[in-house]
Amino acid sequence: MNHIVGVSAQLAWRNLWRNHRRTIIMLGAISIGAWAMIFLTALTQGMVTDMVKDGLSVLPGHVQVHHPDFRDDPTIVNTIPVADSDLEAELAKGNFTAWSTRVRVPAVVMSERETRGVTLLGVDPEQERAFTFVDLETIDGRFLEAPDDRGLILGRKLVETLETDLGKRVVIMSQDPDNEVADRGFRIVGVFRAELPGHEETYALIGKQTAQELLNIGDRVTEVAVFGDDFRDVTPVRTEVDALLADQDGIVIQDWPELDRYLGTMLSAMDGFVLIWVIVIFLALSFGLVNTLMMAVFERVREIGVMLALGMKPGAILWQIVVESMLLLAIGLAIGNTLAWLSILPIRDGLDLSIVADGMEMMGVSSRLVPDLRREDVVLANVVVLILGFLASIVPAWRASRFDPIEAITKVE
Amino acid sequence: MWLVVRLAWRNLWRQPKRTLLTTGAMVFSNILLVFMISMQFGMYGLMVENGLKVFTGHLQIQAPGYKDDPKMRLTVPGAASLAGEVRQQDGLLAAARASTFALASSEDRTYGIAVLGVEPDHEPEVSSLPGLVKEGRYLEGAAAPEIVIGSTLARNLKVGLGDELTLLGSGVDGSFAAAVVDIVGIFDTGVVDIDRSISAIPLETFQDVFFMQDTAHMVVITTPSLEHVAAAKLVVEDLLPPGGEVVVHDWDALEPGLKQTIKADISSAVFTYFILVVLVAFSVLNTQTMSVLERTHEFGIVMALGLKPGRLGRLVLLESGLMGAMGAAFGALLGGLLTWYFSVYGFTYPGLEEMASQFNLPGRMYPAVTVPSVLLGPAVVFLFSLLATIYPALKLNSLRPVEAMRAV
Repeated sequence: MNHIVGVSAQLAWRNLWRNHRRTIIMLGAISIGAWAMIFLTALTQGMVTDMVKDGLSVLPGHVQVHHPDFRDDPTIVNTIPVADSDLEAELAKGNFTAWSTRVRVPAVVMSERETRGVTLLGVDPEQERAFTFVDLETIDGRFLEAPDDRGLILGRKLVETLETDLGKRVVIMSQDPDNEVADRGFRIVGVFRAELPGHEETYALIGKQTAQELLNIGDRVTEVAVFGDDFRDVTPVRTEVDALLADQDGIVIQDWPELDRYLGTMLSAMDGFVLIWVIVIFLALSFGLVNTLMMAVFERVREIGVMLALGMKPGAILWQIVVESMLLLAIGLAIGNTLAWLSILPIRDGLDLSIVADGMEMMGVSSRLVPDLRREDVVLANVVVLILGFLASIVPAWRASRFDPIEAITKVE
Repeated sequence: MWLVVRLAWRNLWRQPKRTLLTTGAMVFSNILLVFMISMQFGMYGLMVENGLKVFTGHLQIQAPGYKDDPKMRLTVPGAASLAGEVRQQDGLLAAARASTFALASSEDRTYGIAVLGVEPDHEPEVSSLPGLVKEGRYLEGAAAPEIVIGSTLARNLKVGLGDELTLLGSGVDGSFAAAVVDIVGIFDTGVVDIDRSISAIPLETFQDVFFMQDTAHMVVITTPSLEHVAAAKLVVEDLLPPGGEVVVHDWDALEPGLKQTIKADISSAVFTYFILVVLVAFSVLNTQTMSVLERTHEFGIVMALGLKPGRLGRLVLLESGLMGAMGAAFGALLGGLLTWYFSVYGFTYPGLEEMASQFNLPGRMYPAVTVPSVLLGPAVVFLFSLLATIYPALKLNSLRPVEAMRAV
């Protein structure tokens, strides 16, 4: 058996180069097709990954816990009815990449000249460090240092709009659970930059304990965020959080695809898009492939007739043509994959799209597009091409194997 | 001439399967191109129209700098009368608007929201928001103490029609400003961010509460359609008081993200189209190279009889042209029909609704069947088919009649 495979492979290889022009043109088409499949998929995947990561960087966490009404009515009234210290004790038992408990409420920040609505976040800086959207490298001043830090961190854009500056004081106004105005003056101790300019306008950060005192909520928080290793697969984290907090009443546990339906569907729709793209390219290729095989068979009618007359089984003829087609596809795919890899290599640190930065931000993407070449996608593209290629070559191969030897031998061009 | 066309046509059908497969590749790509391009045109049109009609309008008169940094004190003096002057112009609709942030308190809750001061009589002409009032009515009195708010905000503030809201903010001079207003209407745009954070009160009330005198922050202008924007901008610029106190921005400057989103989308789409077209070109290249090689013997004879290689080259080009024309005709026809079907019955796929709502679009897409969207793709495929034939056609020049005749 091995011997026969070896012979057909050798025959197939020689047959391919009998008409080298046709083979080279077909290889060119397959390579470009395979290159496009993989290259574009990597770029699109990169964009979606980036979109999801940026979306997740707005502090949500892969799995979140809230008061059941908080998502619809994100105010201080809807705090989680469990003491923060109990939550922290439970979460500490889990095996998570990171987690944090936060106070998140709408508030107003007033400078001497301007007033803006913001989302006020009371955070424990130690818990947040690992995954905050605040770029800790480029922060002016300092980040928060402890949960009872008295300072305030604002985004660069907001500071400009408020016409205030690092070290100056602004007033934060919100409400406590009894709808009394809760306000306090804060000194701006840090001004942050964020990859998405929107974040610089929206968020104001203070210490968690400071926030609890300001809002008069004792040892309560409004949000628990838990991070796992892979945002694409949140089930393990979800299961663990579910188990740890199973005894608590009056809370709702959600993972991010539930929290952000847009991002969730984007990510799950992506696999479908990749498959459609691969199939469309293959179909465009398949016309050429079938054409090439048909011509190859047509040219060799006499030769095939001789082989049949000499006693070669029709099955072997069919096999022979299919092997030729698969060999052609395999070489084309190898070249295409290499090309894709070579073209992604120079842009693996990201493609600068800052000319269309505002547009990218509308889509929730930062202006640096980092291609995401994923093994699953490469495997998918190659396997789909080989399977469909196999199916497409069956018809010409089957017809070749059904020739009547006598007619075939006597056929004149 | 007709002889050559007939010759080319017959040559094509010497290998009917090959010709059909190559034409099939063209038809397939053309159908896809027609559909995708029509889809894009339809979507961009909607994106711009829907994106602008909520608030932005086509043009705005503002104080210089307000666009990038909307500060309370960057005002347009005499905004309402300026808007009146713009309305005198043919086809232009305009309304003055002021805007600030304030704390809105109900009995139970307090939220920071955007408060717009609008001209109740003219705002519906430049914004779709007044038409989306689902409960109660839009603002009526020019100086009445009333407000309309979004449905999410109403739910969050736990208020309904007839309830009072207290607004707290700072006036144009930085001093403390407060007002009590009645809720007369609740709108529902379906976009949670808008329904959660926007409210509108009459402009005169706004000017009164925030010490604005007769100023506002912008005059919003709409034109009959996007094509009129450039001309309208010039007309409006002539109306402005001299001295550069106020300027006119078009929608592109007001919402730079919109055009850039479209640009980014176009460039990724063009890549996709280009790959499809190149693959078709390879098919044609393959077919025509083979067909020229097969005919070496025959071409040798006609050249020995005195035919110039150039004429043979043109014959081969004509063959590709005929195939391309068939591919373009059937592709445009079938693609057009498919697209037309979807333009009537709509088109959706999983995830589209979520994506669309990001841009304030409906969840079903209706592609726009236009002459350019149907013909552009097939035309490019046709052109590339001809380009792909250049190599086999040029090969004819190096054909030596005697050797060629000996070829089998």
